[in-house]
Amino acid sequence: MSTTLVPPRAAATPHRVPAAASALSGRQLLDALPGALRGLDPRRLWGAPVLFVVEVGAAFTTVLAVVDPSVFAWAVAAWLWLTVLFATLAESVAEGRGKAQAATLRATQRTTTARRVVAPADTLTETTGLAALPTTEVPSSTLRVGDVVVVEAGQVIPSDGDVVEGVASVDESAITGESAPVIRESGGDRSAVTGGTVVLSDRIVVRITAQPGQTFVDRMIALVEGSARQKTPNEVALNVLLTTLTIVFLLAVVTLQPFAVYSGAQQSLVVLVALLVCLIPTTIGALLSAIGIAGMDRLVRRNVLAMSGRAVEAAGDVDVLLLDKTGTITLGNRQAADLLPASGVSPEALADAAQLSSMADETPEGRSVLVLVKERFGLRERHDLAGAELVPFTAVTRMSGVDLPGRRVRKGAAVAVTHWVRSTGGHAGADVAATVDAISASGGTPLVVAEQYGNSPARVLGVIHLKDVVKEGMRERFDALRAMGIRTVMVTGDNPLTAAAIAAEAGVDDVLAEATPEDKLALIRREQEGGRLVAMCGDGTNDAPALAQADVGVAMNTGTTAAKEAGNMVDLDSNPTKLIEIVEIGKQLLITRGALTTFSIANDVAKYFAILPAMFVVAFPQLGVLNVMHLASPQSAILSAVVFNALVIVALLPLSLRGVRYRPAAASVMLRRNLLLYGIGGLVAPFVGIKLLDLVISLLPGIAS
Amino acid sequence: MVVVAQIGLVVLVLALAHRPLGEYMARVFTSPRHLAVERAGYRVMRVDPDAEQRWSTYLMSLLGFSLAGVLLLYGLARLQDVLPMSLGASPFDPAGAWNTAVSFVTNTNWQSYSGEVAAGHLLQMTGLAVQNFVSAAVGLAVAVALVRGFARSGTDGRVGNFWADLVRGSVRVLLPLAFVAAVALVAGGVIQNFHAHTEITTLAGQTQHVLGGPVASQEAIKELGTNGGGFFNANSAHPYENPAPWTNVLEVVLLLLVPFSLPRTFGVMVGDRRQGWAVLATMGTLWAGAVALLTWAETAGPGLAPLAAGGAMEGKETRFGLAASALFAASTTGTSTGAVDAAHDSLTAPGGGVAIVNMLLGEVAPGGVGTGLYGMLVLAVVAVFLAGLMVGRTPEYLGKKIGRQEITLVALSVLTMPAIVLVGTAVAVATPEGRAGILNAGPHGLSEVLYAFTSAANNNGSAFAGLTVATPFYNTLLGLAMLAGRFVPIALVLALAGRLASQRSTPASAGTLPTHGPLFVGLLVSVTLVVVGLTFVPVLSLGPVVESLS
Repeated sequence: MSTTLVPPRAAATPHRVPAAASALSGRQLLDALPGALRGLDPRRLWGAPVLFVVEVGAAFTTVLAVVDPSVFAWAVAAWLWLTVLFATLAESVAEGRGKAQAATLRATQRTTTARRVVAPADTLTETTGLAALPTTEVPSSTLRVGDVVVVEAGQVIPSDGDVVEGVASVDESAITGESAPVIRESGGDRSAVTGGTVVLSDRIVVRITAQPGQTFVDRMIALVEGSARQKTPNEVALNVLLTTLTIVFLLAVVTLQPFAVYSGAQQSLVVLVALLVCLIPTTIGALLSAIGIAGMDRLVRRNVLAMSGRAVEAAGDVDVLLLDKTGTITLGNRQAADLLPASGVSPEALADAAQLSSMADETPEGRSVLVLVKERFGLRERHDLAGAELVPFTAVTRMSGVDLPGRRVRKGAAVAVTHWVRSTGGHAGADVAATVDAISASGGTPLVVAEQYGNSPARVLGVIHLKDVVKEGMRERFDALRAMGIRTVMVTGDNPLTAAAIAAEAGVDDVLAEATPEDKLALIRREQEGGRLVAMCGDGTNDAPALAQADVGVAMNTGTTAAKEAGNMVDLDSNPTKLIEIVEIGKQLLITRGALTTFSIANDVAKYFAILPAMFVVAFPQLGVLNVMHLASPQSAILSAVVFNALVIVALLPLSLRGVRYRPAAASVMLRRNLLLYGIGGLVAPFVGIKLLDLVISLLPGIAS
Repeated sequence: MVVVAQIGLVVLVLALAHRPLGEYMARVFTSPRHLAVERAGYRVMRVDPDAEQRWSTYLMSLLGFSLAGVLLLYGLARLQDVLPMSLGASPFDPAGAWNTAVSFVTNTNWQSYSGEVAAGHLLQMTGLAVQNFVSAAVGLAVAVALVRGFARSGTDGRVGNFWADLVRGSVRVLLPLAFVAAVALVAGGVIQNFHAHTEITTLAGQTQHVLGGPVASQEAIKELGTNGGGFFNANSAHPYENPAPWTNVLEVVLLLLVPFSLPRTFGVMVGDRRQGWAVLATMGTLWAGAVALLTWAETAGPGLAPLAAGGAMEGKETRFGLAASALFAASTTGTSTGAVDAAHDSLTAPGGGVAIVNMLLGEVAPGGVGTGLYGMLVLAVVAVFLAGLMVGRTPEYLGKKIGRQEITLVALSVLTMPAIVLVGTAVAVATPEGRAGILNAGPHGLSEVLYAFTSAANNNGSAFAGLTVATPFYNTLLGLAMLAGRFVPIALVLALAGRLASQRSTPASAGTLPTHGPLFVGLLVSVTLVVVGLTFVPVLSLGPVVESLS
């Protein structure tokens, strides 16, 4: 199984990104204006049929206003242009938020000089002595896959690659925003380095794995700028529906004229265009791409890079989460949780011996013993260790300890310590064996502590109970996930007994114990066979097949190049718990889209009540009763609807950038709340909005009747 | 009080019958066994009923079968004067024959001719009556294929065998039900003979035509198969077709029976009866709404003429009265039947409006045999797509993800009917040939044309009357409307069935949008009303709405 090599941090806040990102400032709008104007190009709007129809309508109305000028015609034309502009502005604002970040990243991309190893290709397969080979200085932009370069302290790593020789500390803050340096070394799961990062100490030899222009930073820039953005499957599907609705309303409006002529109430073309634009789903049509870009942006803000929008959507659909135990569910390592003295031994004596025996133990488990005795018994670090000889843990003895003058203390696996005690002529009591068995049965690890004075038989003092400590708040998160219908599976290399005990404590739904990479892959395949979507995170090369197989594979940035290539997201913070946030962002993206679509369609009801009576009240005075809003005049009614239709885009822009509020809940609860808010809200809001606008517009000269 | 009793009786019978019938139909369409008579039929048709067809093959079989039906009916109608049992009827003109052939094959049964005058017994029995069965069975087959699409997982798009579905629907579902219904109708006084129309001298010394014919057998399938093509021009208002109030109630039950039972079939076949309940509740809500509104419109009788006359009795049969006529009208337009026991032209303005809207919803309340179910399932997919996003998942219905291809098929299917109705009506009111047929001037004239195209595109077949449709212009155009309104959605629905069948099902979880329960029913009702209804608000406001507000 894979392990997480960087201590997990609580959701790191990247310092590059302004915190108050969701607020929409006037400055942002102004900056986005040039982009918005460029967006008016009909060739660019062709991909969004709803907006294209609005633009054609705006152009058409302008021509009509020129031919037959009136305040009303000009006002409608102007507001139709504004409708399109607001739509392109929305997209431009969303894109603008990634621009600053892209600029920072570009700064890391300056061409540097690389020291390329000059040697026949076959000698480069060696993994030792490469640094000694002759090098030549070349511009970093000329490096190709397979080239080998030497990078020393203070130099910038010229391109993405794998460390093939050496170990170095690297400052990756340009990419991750995290200032603490990280260790990169050849072999193992920490071999990947990123172009643009800086080696702080030592010297490494790197084999380049990316072609120029396709490095990690290049891809990041493309992603945050939105230039590489492709419409996601659901966005495409929604676009199909919106296009269909546009066609339906186009038909309804185009065929209305013959009916009106038949009824003796022929309509002006300006009014028909106004009706059409009000009916087609402009609100969601205008905000659709902004919602998509903002969704990706929210991921970037959490330092997650999604290689495709498809993966973000898939994250919302995930049914099963595979979570590594270590580092994700539990703190990195097992910790001493309890001291259980043997009969006739005082807890203090055991604590004292446990502390002594752990002095030589540099493992996290050993350190946790020191922490425990300090907390429980107030035993501080000792300085009375004159003449002490530390006995480190070896694979042969499977014990560690300390030799003091006349006293030897040992700590280790039950079998090893018992064996040692017997060899000195002592014996372990039955109560100790019972304690050891009980700890094992509960999924913990027992460490037996024993001591020997002089040459007398050693005696067992007691047992240290080591156990996995589940991170705080995990149970609540799993409960929330369960409410959302997501099953969590804990993956661990532990034996089934231990695994089950931790699973029960953490509250996960299922557990995969003694997991090999093949088991993981098989589990993912099995879940997918059943039609479920699987998300996982991993960092090691042996995780790569599973990451590639999973529907959402989040690779840790500390991981290997293979893992990063296989996954469809990279977490720059290398925090596996973030998988849960990624799922939430995916859901939020879809909810925002659905909410605004519902809102947009529900709006039409009120617009009908505004426009239809206005159109036909002259020919059929009885239709006046449908003017439930008591709008002042036909012209102000139609204009109010058009203005409302345009302004609602701006009004909903912050919401679409921020995403609708998301709280984990069952689907039925969420549906009820969102339907009420956006369905009923969409029904009611335009009645109020159009009425208010009418109060103002009816005062305009040339409109008032 | 009689109103409530009649409606109550209809609801009671349907409540008792829909479960056993729905479950029986589910067994019929999933059973691996063939009846001896069916096997004989397959041998004659030279088809293998056990060969599962991909959706495209299924569609081709369906289209081939329907084309053969159109050609046969066209031939019978054109040549009926040289064929036996014509009762002296003259042959149809080409446009009329085309219109009639298409009309009966598409389960519309729009009649631009007068049954007792224009159609002889041979055409009625071997042509029209046979199509009454098989056109209904075709609708049933499409619905079943779509349900199989939802029920199956990860196949290569196979959705069943059209021939087996067609034969089983006819032999095991429609024939036995029609037989029982016909016997009941005969008991109620509906005629069943092969007499030619005879001339008698009445007591007063005048001569009168007494009509004969195998009416009861046709009447049964006319309602049961939601066909609606009457033996006589007066349709179910004719005493030989519908003699008594209780046969009127029976006929209402018959036309609602299969459409209201199919949700159960759906629930059983997809393995979750709650899904069937949700569809049933949606259909029931819309139907109840239409019945309530129509009953109100007719009994309250807004308008000057009813006010003067003391009731909106114009065009209604006094044997049935206002309320029974309203119940019949709501049911016949809500199913794609189109049989009438009153002249819909004479419904009050809001009443006529409700009848039009009922059809404009796409015949889903509860809709025709089969067509109602697949129409509602298509709308359910739209509802799921709109609302499903709001729970934060890619929308899915019954475990099937609604992606680009699925929504394209569904959207085109939903688009078809409004396009036909709006374009057809616009062409008719914009051309002299179209305006020539309009009887009443003003908004009511618009309602007449709108009604005709709505009825044709939705394969309803009821007529508003007033409009003169026996012209080449209307015969041709309405024939096209019926053809496109029937087979374009069928092709799209079958393609959807194929897509769904090849998709792997996602198991439901707490995160899945629940597609049962009151919330979803409410959503589905709203989507039906808003998405479909919104399209027609402008034209309705110039027709029935203006009329109603006059």
